[in-house]
Amino acid sequence: MTDFLTDQQHAGQPTPAPGGEDFLVVENLSVQFPTHDGLVKAVNDLSYSVKMGETLGIVGESGSGKSVSSMAVLGLHDIKRSRLTGSIRVDGKEIIGASEQTLRKIRGNEVAMIFQDPLTALHPFYSVGAQIGEAYRIHHDVSKSKARAKAIEMLDRVGIPQAKSRVDDYPHQFSGGMRQRAMIAMALVNDPKLIIADEPTTALDVTVQAQILDLLQELQRDFRSAIIIITHDLGVVAEMADEVLVMYAGRAVEQGPTRELLTHPEMPYTWGLLSSMPDVTASTDARLVPIPGNPPSLLNPPTGCPFHPRCPHVDKVPGDLCRTELPEFLPGQRGTHHLKRCHLVNPDDIYATEVLPEIAPDLVELTLADNADVAHGDGMHGER
Amino acid sequence: MAGFIIRRVISSFLVVVLTSMFVFALFFLGPSNPAGPVCEASGKCTAERLALIEEQMGLNESVVTQYGAFAKGIFVDRTITIGSEYECDAPCLGISYGTRGQVTDELLEKYPATLSIAIGGAMIYLTLGVLLGVLAARWRGTAADRLLVGGSLLVSSVPYYLFALLAWIFLTLQWSIFPATGYTPLTENPGAWFAGLLLPWVVIGVTFSTQYARFTRGSMVETLGEDYIRTATAKGVKSNKVVFKHGLRAAIVPIVTIFGLDFAALLAGTVFTERIFNINGVGWWALNSIQSPQDFPVITATVLVSAVLVVVANLLVDVIYSFLDPRVRMS
Repeated sequence: MTDFLTDQQHAGQPTPAPGGEDFLVVENLSVQFPTHDGLVKAVNDLSYSVKMGETLGIVGESGSGKSVSSMAVLGLHDIKRSRLTGSIRVDGKEIIGASEQTLRKIRGNEVAMIFQDPLTALHPFYSVGAQIGEAYRIHHDVSKSKARAKAIEMLDRVGIPQAKSRVDDYPHQFSGGMRQRAMIAMALVNDPKLIIADEPTTALDVTVQAQILDLLQELQRDFRSAIIIITHDLGVVAEMADEVLVMYAGRAVEQGPTRELLTHPEMPYTWGLLSSMPDVTASTDARLVPIPGNPPSLLNPPTGCPFHPRCPHVDKVPGDLCRTELPEFLPGQRGTHHLKRCHLVNPDDIYATEVLPEIAPDLVELTLADNADVAHGDGMHGER
Repeated sequence: MAGFIIRRVISSFLVVVLTSMFVFALFFLGPSNPAGPVCEASGKCTAERLALIEEQMGLNESVVTQYGAFAKGIFVDRTITIGSEYECDAPCLGISYGTRGQVTDELLEKYPATLSIAIGGAMIYLTLGVLLGVLAARWRGTAADRLLVGGSLLVSSVPYYLFALLAWIFLTLQWSIFPATGYTPLTENPGAWFAGLLLPWVVIGVTFSTQYARFTRGSMVETLGEDYIRTATAKGVKSNKVVFKHGLRAAIVPIVTIFGLDFAALLAGTVFTERIFNINGVGWWALNSIQSPQDFPVITATVLVSAVLVVVANLLVDVIYSFLDPRVRMS
């Protein structure tokens, strides 16, 4: 199953220029929605940061709070229907409680968003060119014809053939992949410093997915922007992200550099995500193990660790700790760069001896050896 | 696109022809005898006189022949005998039994009044209703929204004629806020035309606007929940522009459909409005024609005109729709 892991281990990933300032800082963010049935706690005490040129992958199931938290970055929640606490700073500017005017200057300009389904996210009654041109004219004082020229240039840039004649087409005249390219063109038209891509490939064919991811990487190199990619697909994360944040029930449950996190996950929920990912090149011994149960209700989350009702390893934690106490988000055995929210004392051993043999028997030896290295004090964490 | 319009025009034409046949059959094959009123109008109606009038009016011919004569009259002049002979110029819709004038002439004479009422009223209710609906959708859930929805329910639960009558009694008679109502042709005196129609316009505008406010609100609430509205906000579009440009552009499409049909109904005659506000239009004319003695040519003409208007409105709605929604345009 873990084809991409080994690939990366050989190829390595271009790491972003180190030492950059954090462009986006999210601190103790909570997002709650009062409803008739009670308070929906969509995001709880979430903190993360993204530097220029860096890509952060936020992973989780539907309802884990990954989209809600990133929409908060653009202030897209209706303040009348939501409660936001904590702090979100874009290039030093506070977003929470900011005026519409401040938000408008950031939206689409400094921070742009790419949405999941370009068919519904693009206006059906305006031409693609008009929509891209509009995004440009909001933040640039130019004529309509200049904006149109810019739209053509952007469509061309994202690989739409005959951009000049396609600019006046409507979204329904584009194929799924082309629509997402147009969406990306619209997001990039103002040269944003941060792009939030909310499941940008979920609605697309697999072959088109790869093209879109390639395009995003290429554009990131050119525009040097930071990217947050929200997905439930660990394959996408492995391909794109420098850093991964795993969310569950509105909380961060594991965070670390991509390769580290994917090869040595320390939280049973991450194991579950890895186990439920099919891989065409895996040996036939590898099993696909789904996570039992459903994501928890955000109205009435489970006590203690929110994952405990679905966690197969609860009995390995002494006492009733998983049911009574929320684990803190702390570095595990592998160093300060790798945080996890779990009571398990020896997750690396459990992963190597109980989880890996089921899902990727071929990797057990390698991982055990790695674990031994860490135990001797010269682990991989020195790398970053 | 052109093919689409041509197909629709042909089918609309067929509908009109079928309606004219239906109307004709309904009134000339119905239980009452069209010759009756004519006979009675000219003094004592003996059986012989009735038979003679029936003969003259061609009522003894087959239905097909009668319809043929009627249809032919639409294209060429004909002579109609009702007691004595009357010239009927094409397009001939018959001779009124009551006035013995050409129905077509009377229709053209009365139509401007109805048209004036309908256009003025529609402009008010469309503007007012859509605006209120958009605002209610934008502030949905707030006190302003509830007031608007509640108020619109209240207004639309009052029968229209009662509302119109009360408005006339109080606003014109009692308090003289509005000028006396009536119809003066626009070409004769634009000021008097406007003054006489002001209250009917306002009454139609206010009553109809409530349902348009509700339609628009519903359509807008749905549209504002769409992903592309979030996209517009995320681009940095001002919230007013998000609502009125991105939102209304999509939400207006179903409203246009409803409006087309409503407006056709309004054009076909505003019976209460004309009666209450003392305006001699098509509605009043139709109302009089079905009162005893019945004026069959007038009934036929008014029903036929209504049918044509509804069909034309439908056609126009389809054409406008295809301009509003690019997805329809292409297919």
